[in-house]
Amino acid sequence: MTVRLVVVSHSEKIADGAVELAAQMAPDVVILPAGGTDDGRIGTSLEKVMAALEQAAGDDGIVVLTDLGSAVMTAESAVEFLPDPDTVLLADAPLVEGLVAAAVAAQAGADAAGVKQAAEAVRRAAAPEAPSEAETVGPPDATGDFELVNQAGMHARPAAKIAGGISGLEAEVTVNGVDGASMTGLMTLGAGRGSILHVEAWGPDAAKAVKYVGGLVEAGFGEP
Amino acid sequence: MGHLTVGLDVDWAVRWLTLSAQAMADHRVELIELDRAIGDSDHGENMDRGFKAVMERLAEAPPATPGAALKLTAMALMSKVGGAAGPLYGTAFLRASTSLGDTTDIDPGALAVAIQAARDGIVARGKAESGDKTMVDAWTPAVDAAAAQAAAGDGDVLKVLLAAAEAAEAGAVATDPLIARKGRASYLGERSAGHRDPGAVSTALILRAAAGAAE
Repeated sequence: MTVRLVVVSHSEKIADGAVELAAQMAPDVVILPAGGTDDGRIGTSLEKVMAALEQAAGDDGIVVLTDLGSAVMTAESAVEFLPDPDTVLLADAPLVEGLVAAAVAAQAGADAAGVKQAAEAVRRAAAPEAPSEAETVGPPDATGDFELVNQAGMHARPAAKIAGGISGLEAEVTVNGVDGASMTGLMTLGAGRGSILHVEAWGPDAAKAVKYVGGLVEAGFGEP
Repeated sequence: MGHLTVGLDVDWAVRWLTLSAQAMADHRVELIELDRAIGDSDHGENMDRGFKAVMERLAEAPPATPGAALKLTAMALMSKVGGAAGPLYGTAFLRASTSLGDTTDIDPGALAVAIQAARDGIVARGKAESGDKTMVDAWTPAVDAAAAQAAAGDGDVLKVLLAAAEAAEAGAVATDPLIARKGRASYLGERSAGHRDPGAVSTALILRAAAGAAE
């Protein structure tokens, strides 16, 4: 079981296409589309969204990705109708990149809050600077250098593992200068086998964060 | 009580929704044209389709209370409107339904509270404030007028509904010079001034229908 995902789009084709794309990277994650109106027009339908939420209901919760404004409102309304609204989180993220990040994080076993964070971190990664400057001024509280030993190096699943774990810690972390809590930021490093990852961390959990990243990297993320 | 007033029961609610559906059909083209000027020209068509769905569901499963009628309306609008008006009006009817609970005979105080719950739902869902050139600019004067009339204490629900309808109509007219800060029209910036907000107009139509159903 993993966290399950629901995609709410104004367009049936966008929802179906985004699901198809994300499913390729997360074969074990249930991802359901709720796109367009009941009669196939552009728009959103409460009943379609509620049907998807009911179908996706499970023990690990649901994270919902949306496109334009009224898709957000329809998704919020649908959640309001549910008997147990706390099991559903709405991610405020770009639909395609956010969904891929969420799907990979869910595949890697992140909880609902971690999946939502993975999706939302995509937006932060798009900004040029890594974590906000105020939180990363001064020398880091902990640092470490780790060599990538797995064949594939830094790709989607390792990035999701690092970002998902860091999201749950009280620490601001950079990896070679990018936000360590951002899956897409980590993927943009393009770091292959043999590359050195320089990790810097600030905050109460700084040492824990560096140790966490180091442990994953040195174990090759459990990959060959 | 000097005169007989119509009680706001489930029959009133069904008459209200029927008159609303009629108003959306009658004003379909007007709403489309208002929305073409500053939006995506689908408001009239969406509202007409939404209320036609409401009528179908009322026929399929006649509600027992006003609250049940409004909940059915909320579901139908959220499912069939398609545009932003779906979740906004849907939330309004849903919150009003919750506010009324199982009441079978609505008094002026409960009516004013239900209208406010509807407006608060729209604000919570759409995040618009007064003056943003949205349906909130029709709802908020209606809420204030209904509360003032209910507080007058003569027990006449029709007067509360008439006060709300008149205030909503004036509020819709008052959106003409405003610059849109929410919704699709906000992309137009200053060019949105000089046009009436279609959502404020449909709100006034729906509240006028509520009064008409009690007359």
